[in-house]
Amino acid sequence: MLAYIIRRLIGAVLMLLLVSLVTFGIFFWIPKLAGQTTDQLAAAYVGKAPTAQAIQDTKERLGLDKPVIVQYGTYLKGIVAGQDFKAGPVVDHCPAPCLGYSFRTSQPVLPQLMDRAPATLSLAIGASIIWLAAGISIGVLSALRRGSIWDRTAMVIALGGVSLPIYFTGLVSLAIFSYSLGIFPGGGSYVPFTQDPGTWFQSLVLPWVTLAFLYAAMYARLTRAGMLETLGEDYIRTARAKGLPERTVITKHALRSTLTPILTIFGLDLGLMLGGAVLTENTFSIPGLGQLAISSIGTGDLPVVLGVTLLAAFFIVMINLVVDLLYAAIDPRVRLG
Amino acid sequence: MTGEPFLSVRDLKIHFPTDDGIVRSVDGLTFDLERGRTLGIVGESGSGKSVTSLGILGLHNRRNAKVSGEIWLDGKELVGASPDEVRRQRGRKMAMIFQDPLSSMHPFYTVGKQIVEAYRVHNDVSKSVARKHAIDMLGRVGIPKPDRRVDDYPHQFSGGMRQRAMIAMALSCDPELLIADEPTTALDVTVQAQILDLIRDLQEEFNSAIIMITHDLGVVAELADDVLVMYAGRCVEQASVDDVFHAPQHPYTWGLLGSMPRLDRARSERLNPIKGSPPSLINVPNGCAFHPRCAYATLNGGRSESERPELTEAAPGHLAACHLPLDRRREIWESEIRPTL
Amino acid sequence: MKKIRPLAAAVAVLVTGAGLTACNGGSGGSSGPGYNAAVNKVVNASDKKGGTLRLADSDDFDSPDPGNTYYAWTQNFARLYGRGLTTLAPGAGQETLKVVPDLATSLGTPADGGKTWTYKLRTGVKYDDGTTVTSQDVKYAIERSNYTDELQLGPKYFKAYLQDNTPAYKGPYKDKSDSGLKSIETPDPQTIVFHLAKPFSEFDYLAAMSQSMPVPKAKDTGLKYESKIVSSGAYKVDSYVRGKSMTLSRNTYWDQKTDPIRKALPDKIDLQLKQNPDDIDNRLLAGKLDMDITGVGVQSGTQGKVLQGNQKGYTDNPYQGFLRFMSLNIHVKPLDNIHCRTAVQYATDKVAAQTAYGGPLAGGDLATTLLPPSVAGYRKFDLYPQTYQKTGGLDAATIGKAKQELVACGQPNGFSTKISARSDRPKEVAMAQAIQQGLAKVGIKVDIVQFPAGDYFNKYVGAPKYVHDHGIGMMLMAWAADWPTGYGFLSQIIDGRAIKPSGGNNLPELDDKQINDAFDAAIANVQEAARLKAYGDIDEAAMKQAVDVPIIYAKALLYRPKTATNVGITLGYGGMYDYLNMGVTK
Repeated sequence: MLAYIIRRLIGAVLMLLLVSLVTFGIFFWIPKLAGQTTDQLAAAYVGKAPTAQAIQDTKERLGLDKPVIVQYGTYLKGIVAGQDFKAGPVVDHCPAPCLGYSFRTSQPVLPQLMDRAPATLSLAIGASIIWLAAGISIGVLSALRRGSIWDRTAMVIALGGVSLPIYFTGLVSLAIFSYSLGIFPGGGSYVPFTQDPGTWFQSLVLPWVTLAFLYAAMYARLTRAGMLETLGEDYIRTARAKGLPERTVITKHALRSTLTPILTIFGLDLGLMLGGAVLTENTFSIPGLGQLAISSIGTGDLPVVLGVTLLAAFFIVMINLVVDLLYAAIDPRVRLG
Repeated sequence: MTGEPFLSVRDLKIHFPTDDGIVRSVDGLTFDLERGRTLGIVGESGSGKSVTSLGILGLHNRRNAKVSGEIWLDGKELVGASPDEVRRQRGRKMAMIFQDPLSSMHPFYTVGKQIVEAYRVHNDVSKSVARKHAIDMLGRVGIPKPDRRVDDYPHQFSGGMRQRAMIAMALSCDPELLIADEPTTALDVTVQAQILDLIRDLQEEFNSAIIMITHDLGVVAELADDVLVMYAGRCVEQASVDDVFHAPQHPYTWGLLGSMPRLDRARSERLNPIKGSPPSLINVPNGCAFHPRCAYATLNGGRSESERPELTEAAPGHLAACHLPLDRRREIWESEIRPTL
Repeated sequence: MKKIRPLAAAVAVLVTGAGLTACNGGSGGSSGPGYNAAVNKVVNASDKKGGTLRLADSDDFDSPDPGNTYYAWTQNFARLYGRGLTTLAPGAGQETLKVVPDLATSLGTPADGGKTWTYKLRTGVKYDDGTTVTSQDVKYAIERSNYTDELQLGPKYFKAYLQDNTPAYKGPYKDKSDSGLKSIETPDPQTIVFHLAKPFSEFDYLAAMSQSMPVPKAKDTGLKYESKIVSSGAYKVDSYVRGKSMTLSRNTYWDQKTDPIRKALPDKIDLQLKQNPDDIDNRLLAGKLDMDITGVGVQSGTQGKVLQGNQKGYTDNPYQGFLRFMSLNIHVKPLDNIHCRTAVQYATDKVAAQTAYGGPLAGGDLATTLLPPSVAGYRKFDLYPQTYQKTGGLDAATIGKAKQELVACGQPNGFSTKISARSDRPKEVAMAQAIQQGLAKVGIKVDIVQFPAGDYFNKYVGAPKYVHDHGIGMMLMAWAADWPTGYGFLSQIIDGRAIKPSGGNNLPELDDKQINDAFDAAIANVQEAARLKAYGDIDEAAMKQAVDVPIIYAKALLYRPKTATNVGITLGYGGMYDYLNMGVTK
């Protein structure tokens, strides 16, 4: 077991290296193939109508003039040994593990990620609790009352939930619950939990519910389909033949099997979301990783983009590991190795 | 004890209304069964034998199925009883052994847990007592080192062991009625024999009534006291096992006997299956449901096509539903069928 | 999809309803101060102190460091925490085009024919740490903002106009000498003297840029200064977290006696950054925000909402200082012929182009001059009058004039060329398509070529060789002045000396000696009235050459919540509200 975990962790490090290399490539080589040069990247750090000299100076200062592979090497070296960055009259030291230094904010990347992560974490975890609870219970009820009015209504709503964009449902919920009824604070009201737990909670209710609506819809459909399949299994018939009460049959026998494949999907969804719930963060103006990623892509701030990508990849790898361990715990037929 | 039989099924009908019409899976079945006796129900797939067994246990889909008739189990009527009442009988008074023990046991729980669960739902005992009982049951069905195997998962058992575990689970509450639905079909021949021996031994020990559902007349010959032959949801012949094998009355039964594989036959000799396939249960043929496949249907001047034959007594305790006159049946059996077997 | 649509529509109605209810609730049926009320006068005038001014921005600063910013709204906003030598007058309308002294006691004193400018600093001006502002700090601020490699985001006009050292000055981070840039002298802590390379009468406008806000050398942390700004204004920066927020509170060392222009009304100013723009609008309407600080107008989805019912009285539709226009390159045949250019002047369907850009409200007014009405020196004229049919499109008379010019040009059946637009600006591309269709009616066939905005001037239309080699006769662009005078506006786009091998903005490559000389004469003239007249003349002279087709004077639809006080449109900062003296009702 321990050996398995260690092997997976080593795999994760290699995977993260690969992700960093690919992100580097996407950022530098692909635009080059499309005919752009680093001039344009550098121009983002110079004011309106820049002179050629200003662009050249900026490229040198940011190291954009060096070959991509050298820049990548410098980046890797920084992770191990740390790096110093000149900010004018002062030198900013980025201690190891230095995940790069942002061109745009003149700060090391890692503290920025750590600063943003709690918002995304709050959003993702809260929403996932809601969508799991709602999605699974609606899915189970729908499966048990298959074909009933309840089932049909729930599935139509679920279809709506899957189809409606968060940007839209988010604005609608803000308009109704914040600006019209005044129940919740409006957009941009997020504060860290450590600063004010009450406001933290209030400001997150709408984002949680909006985000959860989308996923709950998806999970309700998944659960319903899985439940219907499981209910047709021989071992469910056996459980009933033993004289078990229907409640035990559903919760102990059917639900457990239904949830196993959902666990895999949930792991992926949560992992992706921990790397930034871009749409929800933007809609509700929550300063999370997704918002950071989008604005950094907009300003060509590669080190930050790379940092968010790596963090997201890290979350996905870790959660996958946890899912695999859980899987082995749930399904005795699965052997780790 | 009253004079009533232990299990009495009266005119049982299980119908499934669908968009295409009513599926008459079981269409008027009547039989009795006493403790310590074994009834073999035989027929091809789709003849309604499995639906019958699920119907007795109350495991049919309640929202889809329409059930009528009566099922009396030890003086209690089950068709009109509440689902919960039937549930309480299930596992305790009547239990079932299924065909495929791997898919019939939950893959996520140990064999022991699944037996414990079956035991505790009907017996108010602690987990440790139930566990001891489970080990005991596993031992009784012939699983070696039951105190260790009790914590194994179904997939860690061999096929035969799994069926033994399944039987242990079914018998954990000493049911008086045991329904075995093709209990040996998924097993290889030597294991089959062991399982059948086990069921016979246990029956002696527990004095249970057994319904053995199978398409394999060999199993019936081995185990059953009485035989009920089903075709298209109805009983076409019912008799003691001796009568069925030595003086069968229904052309369908002849067909079943003719298609029985036998170890003493040469390999090159082909089986002799019944021509055609079982009818759709939505559109059961008029008259005798078997007539389109029956070689002798034309001997009745069209009666087989138009009139449904009722079960009549061919000999004491031997019922059959066929328009052929009794002597004609005997003649055909003796001259045409028996010699080919 | 079909199933969703009615639902979506229903919810959209619900949103609109909810939004309206929210604002109706507070207004009590009042229709507000009126449509365009703040364009020419300050609305909700007040001297009431206290409260928190709640601001939001859909984006972020380029940098809040006064020495490292180019954004107009930052220039406007930075005056809350910094005082430049001069500034554009607070208020509304034309008065905001005037430059007034701020940190200096008066406007600059020119000498040497406009080559030397001297300012005296007010006494008693203090930073938020209690230390006194000196002229050396102003000199240092200009050195760091114009001469270092690190601070590249702001304009470099001081560098362009001041005399350089020999050898060239490398900025205070590399050149540690005490003298620094020798052309800025600080004979005493209250005096600062600028020596220019050539006469420049609008130096007071340069001094109004945030780059003249003082920075104490000991507190300068270069690129990191933006998170530790030392304030010389009425407010200090409590915190600035990029992408999140900035909060300001009173600078207790600020003294009203040293400051005749600031009212310093709110106790606190909260600015939220990177906010969802649609949500900003909803919050403004719901009274949860006092101002959208970006200043480029409400989102298209909000326009309908604020123009109906009693909301219209809370909106303004000012000029944004931009001209959207089409340059005709005089080296690309047959546009080298003035008659062909004149034909284009007549045949360009400006109404269709205006519609493509969002109509009169979000697009702007039809333009006939290069200078927009919101720039000092604007003079109204129309050398190529057009008339339009009621059903849309140019009328026969205007088409006739265009055809006549084509005949004079020797291209009676029209000609072919290319028109460029920025591929990542869909409205500009739509504009190109509208123009393409209009020109086709007189036989001028144009192919649309698109380039990314980031390289538009550096590699494509701003590089004459590229333009000539690829025969791009028409180029769409937009232009706004860095300071609101005719010189600030025109000198980069029609002065022959603004033609560069790449990155230039004089796209027609107009290099007319008379016009060049007129620029030199005007900027050397210390008489403001004479200068302003000269700008109108230059505009007209350029238009006579028919090298640029003005299309629209850009406008935006702004919303002013009733909670904000002292709300006026500042043309000086590009047609947004003036933030310097804004207060709140509660």
